[in-house]
Amino acid sequence: MCRRAITLLILFAGMGFSAHALAVAPNLGPSPPATQAQVAALTQAIHDAQTSGDNAWVLVSAALVLMMTAPGLVLFYGGLVRRKNILGTMMQSFAMMGLITVLWAVVGYSLAFGAGNGFIGGLEHAFLRDVGLAPNPNYGGTIPEQSFMIYQLMFAIITPALITGAFAERVKFSSMAVFLSLWSLVVYCPMAHMIWGVGGVLNVTGGHWPVFDFAGGTVVHITSGVSALVCALYLGKRVGYPLEDMPPHSMVLSFIGAGMLWVGWFGFNAGSALNAGPLATSAFVNTQFAAAAAAITWVITEWIQNRKPTALGAISGAVAGLATITQASGFVQPMSALAIGGVAGVVCCFMVFRVKKFFGYDDSLDAFGVHGVGGTMGALLTGLFAAGSINAVFGKDAAGKPIAAGAIDGNWHQVYNQAVGMGIGWALAIVGTLVLLFLVDKSMGLRVSATDEAAGLDLSQHGEEGYDLNA
Amino acid sequence: MLKIEAIIQPAKLDIVKEALIEAGIEGITILEARGHGRQKGHTEFYRGREYTVDLLPKVKLEIVVADALKEKVVQAILGAARTGHIGDGKIFISPITDAIRIRNDERGESAI
Repeated sequence: MCRRAITLLILFAGMGFSAHALAVAPNLGPSPPATQAQVAALTQAIHDAQTSGDNAWVLVSAALVLMMTAPGLVLFYGGLVRRKNILGTMMQSFAMMGLITVLWAVVGYSLAFGAGNGFIGGLEHAFLRDVGLAPNPNYGGTIPEQSFMIYQLMFAIITPALITGAFAERVKFSSMAVFLSLWSLVVYCPMAHMIWGVGGVLNVTGGHWPVFDFAGGTVVHITSGVSALVCALYLGKRVGYPLEDMPPHSMVLSFIGAGMLWVGWFGFNAGSALNAGPLATSAFVNTQFAAAAAAITWVITEWIQNRKPTALGAISGAVAGLATITQASGFVQPMSALAIGGVAGVVCCFMVFRVKKFFGYDDSLDAFGVHGVGGTMGALLTGLFAAGSINAVFGKDAAGKPIAAGAIDGNWHQVYNQAVGMGIGWALAIVGTLVLLFLVDKSMGLRVSATDEAAGLDLSQHGEEGYDLNA
Repeated sequence: MLKIEAIIQPAKLDIVKEALIEAGIEGITILEARGHGRQKGHTEFYRGREYTVDLLPKVKLEIVVADALKEKVVQAILGAARTGHIGDGKIFISPITDAIRIRNDERGESAI
């Protein structure tokens, strides 16, 4: 017994020694000087390894963001409408997956990320000309440009889909499709270009007003949320609102959808690092923290107000937290994310409960109250909480210390920059949406007839029913 | 013959049905119904909006029995469906003039 143990020990020691010997072997003998070719090959190998790591994460993120639209948003919104409108509501978001994809390939990507001027990209990448598998140093230099292009497409899809929450249950499918397609070109592409496009006036590196927008708080949530408010005001209320009860027909569907939104949001925020490095981790952590804090504060707020912690409150709070942290996700400390989420839950709850009732507009599914308000708050809070130690966005000084990013670092001017970005986002969304709504309304009419509205969009627009209980 | 209609809480359906079968009934018809009595409805909250739901889900039983079975059946329903709270439901009894079994023309009490 004892002898066997000693034999084993010797065996292990021998193995350890030989492994060690192998590892240090090249240093023992005279090694030939590395040739330039070898160095080049190694550099290439390192580069390839980074590309495959980064590309894997960005492609998974792209798929996650698409999942946010369908089935995430589709179920979330679908459950909140009445039974007769579920297919109509789902189709509005799903249509974006088709329409915006085609538009993006033809001209959208070029308008958003082409060179162009400070406000909109050029047409040099129309039909994806010169958008290949080689990385573009301006847009995530380690991944193929087509990965960047397809990832950004998923953002372009979900943004107009979010607006559909404002005109739920009363808009014509044809007019909705035309309006949101035009909206993507007139509002979304310029906004994305100004903030993320090279040469954009709000671009964080080199823009006139450098705006921190990590994953689209301004580009996605302010534009969609504010446009949603304009749509709700322009279209008017649903027939019977607010006298007639219009409760959600399936909280279960909304719950599943909200869960998918939360999960998908990791792709939305952490994927926006465009690599699989530490910044992605930071955004991932912040996303989780803000969503959790907002879900809790929304529920507590309504618990005090209405004596019940509702399921819809919990999921609405989470989405509000996610919309609010989007802009800050890659710039702030985890504790700041908790604070941002906590504020988001209370403020968005107040907007939805009180302000909407006070002004009497019918933002049916609260696209403005959650996304518009969350995005606006997120824009300003990012300026407040952005930390150079998380993201040295302005570079480092001579001593190697990150230059102050937000007010928390002492750079109060950033709050002003954020406010300018927010203001431009609001202005573009209001003007663009109003003009397009007017044009579409005058040419093809926006609303369904009162009879069609009473029958529901499923039957009147699509000739189908979501739930055929006799089949 | 009598028709006994009982409107009860949906959750009580199974034990009421068992009690009725023990009491000796042959057949039963069950309808899913919505309505309210003195209970009125309840309120629901969705994003701060209050909705009054005044038609609540109920189950309606219809049983046709021989006159002799009346008290036994009524006691079975009372015993099984009662919680003592508002909203327990009601029982209505009405006379039936005839019953016919479609399969073979049987009539009267033997048809039920």
